[in-house]
Amino acid sequence: MTDFEIKKKMDEGYKYGFSTNIESEDFPKGLNSDVIKLLSLKKGEPDWLLEYRLKAYQYWLTLTPPTWQYCQVPEIDFQNYFYYAKPKQKKANVESLNDIDPELLETFNKLGIPLSEQKRISGVAMDVVFDSVSLGTTHQEDLAKIGVIFCSFSEAVEKYPELVKKYLGTVVPYTDNFYAALNAAVFSDGSFVYIPKGMRCPIDLSTYFRINAKESGQFERTLIIAEDDSYVNYLEGCTAPQRDENQLHAAVVELVALNRAEIKYSTVQNWYAGDKNGKGGIYNFVTKRGHCLGVSSKISWTQVEAGSAITWKYPSCYLIGDHSTGHFYSVALTNHKMQADTGTKMVHIGKNTKSIIVSKGISAHESSNVYRGLVKIRPSAKGAKNFSQCDSMLIGDQCKAITFPVIELKNELASVEHEASTSRISEDQLFYIESRGLTREKAVSLIAHGFCKEVYKTLPLEFAVEAVKLIEMKLENSVG
Amino acid sequence: MLDISNLKVSVQGTPIINELNLTINPGETHVIMGPNGSGKSTLVKTLAGHPAYEVTDGTVNFTVHKKIMNLLEMETSERSLKGLFLSFQYPVEIPGVTNLNFLFESYKYHCESQGVTVPSENEFIDFLKPKCELLKMNVDFLNRNVNEGFSGGEKKKNEILQLLTLNPKLALLDETDSGLDVDALKVVSEGVNTFRNKSNAALIVTHYQRLLNYIKPDVIHLMVKGKIIRSGGPELALEVEEKGYGLL
Repeated sequence: MTDFEIKKKMDEGYKYGFSTNIESEDFPKGLNSDVIKLLSLKKGEPDWLLEYRLKAYQYWLTLTPPTWQYCQVPEIDFQNYFYYAKPKQKKANVESLNDIDPELLETFNKLGIPLSEQKRISGVAMDVVFDSVSLGTTHQEDLAKIGVIFCSFSEAVEKYPELVKKYLGTVVPYTDNFYAALNAAVFSDGSFVYIPKGMRCPIDLSTYFRINAKESGQFERTLIIAEDDSYVNYLEGCTAPQRDENQLHAAVVELVALNRAEIKYSTVQNWYAGDKNGKGGIYNFVTKRGHCLGVSSKISWTQVEAGSAITWKYPSCYLIGDHSTGHFYSVALTNHKMQADTGTKMVHIGKNTKSIIVSKGISAHESSNVYRGLVKIRPSAKGAKNFSQCDSMLIGDQCKAITFPVIELKNELASVEHEASTSRISEDQLFYIESRGLTREKAVSLIAHGFCKEVYKTLPLEFAVEAVKLIEMKLENSVG
Repeated sequence: MLDISNLKVSVQGTPIINELNLTINPGETHVIMGPNGSGKSTLVKTLAGHPAYEVTDGTVNFTVHKKIMNLLEMETSERSLKGLFLSFQYPVEIPGVTNLNFLFESYKYHCESQGVTVPSENEFIDFLKPKCELLKMNVDFLNRNVNEGFSGGEKKKNEILQLLTLNPKLALLDETDSGLDVDALKVVSEGVNTFRNKSNAALIVTHYQRLLNYIKPDVIHLMVKGKIIRSGGPELALEVEEKGYGLL
């Protein structure tokens, strides 16, 4: 590649960086109990939920932000954010996707997410969350006919309060951590999924998150409940426009799998990561956890994290039911000045539980990529088995890859295996591949894809294709 | 096909090749022999575009289908696409990437470059099978990662498989015979002979006469201290074998 071509590619940047000109409803900046009451009022929430929020807020006030993470998180002024940013709709009620502001629809078209009937044909139901509000969920009626509930969290609060009350905060209580408490106080919207007994959900469910408004935080809350013998495949995609200020994304995802149920949760995250000097970008501080409550239940997390200025998340599984299984497959890529501190927790509680962890970290430029894994085998977890594989690939000589694997083993009849490797893409490997006709960039991609293959295989096909393209794009110009 | 004129190459400031001249015509097999450190490997790696070698003087013209190209100005990948192939002395391992994947990707890029239709993966495997058989390679090696856990002989065979797959105009073979037992040597030589025809050419770097029992050279060059000091026919190799490099 000539110097000119290289520079052009570097300036190309983040293609989702455009923002949408749309009026947002006015809402005061800052965080206090009045703001929370107003938020709850605007959403028309019942008293029990407002009470929950206020309790969480009071608890949050007693906490200080954590400092144990490896990444450097600048001080966040929580009063300097909007905790609600609903795009003003031309029509008061959104009956169908046709009622959505065309500007918004255009945004999603640009992102390659058509909300039209075309998606219906492709067989994926979609909930679209723009800033803090769910704009619409496709396929709702069809799914409702077979007992599957897939709607926005707000709608679930209104229509299925018993279900929400039963499970909200049981997997991630507001006392869990600083950001979980914050989320419980100010969460705006997210997705709610309920799969009835014996139902193998016939289509994939997906939510697409887009943060647009300036200086806003996105605090979505997702709750997925899979009853006995049910199955669901859930996909989550995320982008945000390019802004100089950092935007905060502190979401909470709770998964509950009952007897012999299976939940597959896949994420491809490409939040704006900041410019190459580290200015701007999303702070992605997320608490995701699944309870394998039932016997032989299974929860699989697959994530491809290639964006955000700072990624801080540990999708985890609590293996409570006997014979339950937890999987975690992850590719975390950092470049320029991105930082990632991510990994998982597998807590074995029931008997004969199994967990598999496969983590692939790729770091380039001056970025820092940390894997933090906890495998906890409680005394009750007889016959527990864990396999962890944690691989790091370093590109260039300025990046960092760090691993903190922690194993707490309190039952003698358990087996835990851990493998780790660190590799660099060597000049010799690149030359070998180039000498067969591939350009340097294609050579880097080939090696990186080979490295991540095991994780891609666990993604649904469409997502796998998107993940491959995303990683390629992010690796452009990572090798000098 | 290849016209090297006054080539000078340095590595980290140290000159290795000093005013080398060499011409190779289509249909010819050239062999370079010489003592260790004479610059033989440096020559072929430089031709392939290895970044560690700095060309300080000279020109290299690479002519394919009557089009003359300035080889030294071309990127490594372009040199390959235009018809140059290097069989490495020490092929590197590429974990995570299967042989099939690697071969297919290279093949695809060559097809696209020549405007030839890209076959399906199954068609490509069928295309590879006879070549694997010729080289006495088990087809399931295609699912193994590139050169990972391969013996020396297997690595060299893999290089020749790539040669047969990509079918270049000019093949540079860097000590392809080193580390091979007699059977492997025969198989590899047969591979090279199958490749060779009137419109392509080969430049083989070797220490030993043994290879030349199976691959008939047209010209033999003796390289010492970065220069070709003598060229001749096949009988030159026998002379070297008898008298050693001291005869020079």
